[in-house]
Amino acid sequence: MKSILKSLAFGAAGILAATGAMAQTKTSTLDQVKARGVLNCGSGTGLAGFGLPDAQGNWTGLDVDICRAVSAAVFNDPAKVKFVPLSAKDRFTALQAGEVDMLSRNTTWTSSRDTSLGLNFAGITYFDGQGFIVKKSAKIASAFELGGASVCVQQGTTTELNLADFFRANKLQLKAVTFATNDETVKAYEGGRCDAFTTDASGLYAERLRMAKPDDHMVLPDIISKEPLSPVVRHGDDQWLDIVRWSLFAMITAEELGVTKANVDEQLKSTNPDIRRLLGVEGKFGEAIGLSNAWGYQIVKHVGNYGEVFEKNVGAGSPLKIARGLNNLWSKGGLQYAPPIR
Amino acid sequence: MTDAIRTPAFEAKPKVSPLYDPKVRSLVFQAVLCLVIAFLLYQAYANAVENLRRAKIASGLGFWDNIAGFPISQSLIYYSEASSSYGRAFWVGLLNTLLVASIGIVLATILGFIVGIARLSRNFLVAKIAYWYVEIVRNLPLLLQLLFWYNAVIKALPEVRDSISFPGGIYLNNRGFIFPTPNFGEAFWLVTVTFWAGVLGALFYRAYARKKQEATGIQSPVGLTAFGLIVGLPLAVFLLAGMPLSFQFPQAGRFNITGGVSLLPEFLALLFGLVIYTAAFIAEAVRAGILAVSKGQTEAAYALGLTPKNTLNLVVIPQAMRVIIPPLTSHYLNLTKNSSLAVFVGYPDLVNIFTGTVLNQTGQAIEVVAITMLVYLTISLTTSLIMNWYNARKALVER
Repeated sequence: MKSILKSLAFGAAGILAATGAMAQTKTSTLDQVKARGVLNCGSGTGLAGFGLPDAQGNWTGLDVDICRAVSAAVFNDPAKVKFVPLSAKDRFTALQAGEVDMLSRNTTWTSSRDTSLGLNFAGITYFDGQGFIVKKSAKIASAFELGGASVCVQQGTTTELNLADFFRANKLQLKAVTFATNDETVKAYEGGRCDAFTTDASGLYAERLRMAKPDDHMVLPDIISKEPLSPVVRHGDDQWLDIVRWSLFAMITAEELGVTKANVDEQLKSTNPDIRRLLGVEGKFGEAIGLSNAWGYQIVKHVGNYGEVFEKNVGAGSPLKIARGLNNLWSKGGLQYAPPIR
Repeated sequence: MTDAIRTPAFEAKPKVSPLYDPKVRSLVFQAVLCLVIAFLLYQAYANAVENLRRAKIASGLGFWDNIAGFPISQSLIYYSEASSSYGRAFWVGLLNTLLVASIGIVLATILGFIVGIARLSRNFLVAKIAYWYVEIVRNLPLLLQLLFWYNAVIKALPEVRDSISFPGGIYLNNRGFIFPTPNFGEAFWLVTVTFWAGVLGALFYRAYARKKQEATGIQSPVGLTAFGLIVGLPLAVFLLAGMPLSFQFPQAGRFNITGGVSLLPEFLALLFGLVIYTAAFIAEAVRAGILAVSKGQTEAAYALGLTPKNTLNLVVIPQAMRVIIPPLTSHYLNLTKNSSLAVFVGYPDLVNIFTGTVLNQTGQAIEVVAITMLVYLTISLTTSLIMNWYNARKALVER
């Protein structure tokens, strides 16, 4: 009798302790990452130019390099990243649950995601827009001719909603076929299940390259939406948001100032105060966000500036050959603009 | 009366401290356990609410009436991405799940019984084909089979321009199986009424025939009469009413054949996959059931002069059903739950629409997953209940 009572009491105490511990405030994301020694980065399930593992399992791409830049800023080593492939459907839950420290996988910044999902968006890494790809043999010249067409689309994306909006606004009849993963969606389109496949224009070019006969398909010229792609962090840890945001801004600032991976060591001796602040020669801007003052130097040294990363992954230096366009610096006719480091 | 049977032993009940009274003790323990469980659940709930609030994640069912805004490729009820709510999308998904599950259960049962009996066939070829079918299908993962069916269905079927057309305006292509839409005329309700009257009449006739046979031993032509009542009578009414039924035939459109009803390839692939997979398990249950009926029963029936057909229908199957029904129930439940793999072939079932798109658009994982779990639990428990009732009816009645 007594032993039963005792075990009951212990059980109740254990439950109390467990729930109590759960309710306690967590340590900051930066401390967790440092203690773990590795940054958990939520990446896509494979999109050429943005995030794709090669045969050796090395991830490359624009989104991947953002995570590497954060790793370089925190650890002075771009390789301390563990990439966790997440489908569009699972990505936010994984971030909310703390499975990853940040998402960097072509995710569109929208008001509802920012305000009701417990997320924060760090800054725009790529200005994109939604388009369509069709078979050349279908003789379609514009998205406005797609009335009555079957369109393959991936589930849980802004794309799914934009698609419905576009067809509705233009009084076209839509037959959407929805799949959980990008691969399934592309496969169904290639297999002839749909007349068109829709996603962000960058993704269309990337997927076209991976199709069996890329020349049989063409991307329609119409862009039907704004898709500002951004890294995402959890709501409520402003320090971590600052780190991710300013890692991106540091890359853009480096391009503005002409600091590259190759000349960054030389630039340490620069007399330009902007460069001196970026590279941590002057001021204590790194300490203010919990990093070393050389964080900007570490990012450019290990990963490169925004322009270099863009050209290497999706621009002239890659098979995608996407023009800078909106993603050029503000001073060169684009939209990329970083607030000053001072 | 009660006073008469009261014995002195009861009156002189020994006085026991409530601490050692087994009845009191068990009640106390149960109450404590209930309190602990209730407390745990409350803590989990409060903890989740608190954490969601702190992480600024919306909670509650406020999303239910918001406009969904995403398209769904197949819906049994009215759904428009422009005006329908998330709640409506939920019902669309639920009905799609029930549709594929109910048709799947019927077809899997038929196929399972055929294969199960074929495995016991004395014909070597038939038995071996059934054997290999069961062994191969049962031992491959269902997801793999679904993907096979979906890709096989898509890849094997022709493009829209080269649709296979059947007489009567039926088309088959990689967008689905398209057939004419029936338009029911004003007088069609007469046919429907006659049909149900026929069904009712057939049931009455069967009861009458059974009574007559029990009283006099004379058999009546139940099958023929039922056929006449259920099929013949409505057909006659249909012809007399001037054939109040027309068809809207499918037309070739810019991208697809439009007009007409179409069965999506996603639906067909999922249905094929589920039916063929589950039928293999049902076949084994059927085989076990038939083998469980001892050979002496058949021999006794033959000795009484029953025909092989009557032996099977009146002696073997009723006894075999007692063994078959319990496993059959779990195969039905499995089929229903397995239909949630629909998302891999793009069929808009409950999990695809609700736990997929709605969860993602609203971000309210806890509510959406909890609702989905409740729905599957309800479907499964209902199926179980019906099958248990059926089982109780078929169970051995001891006299």
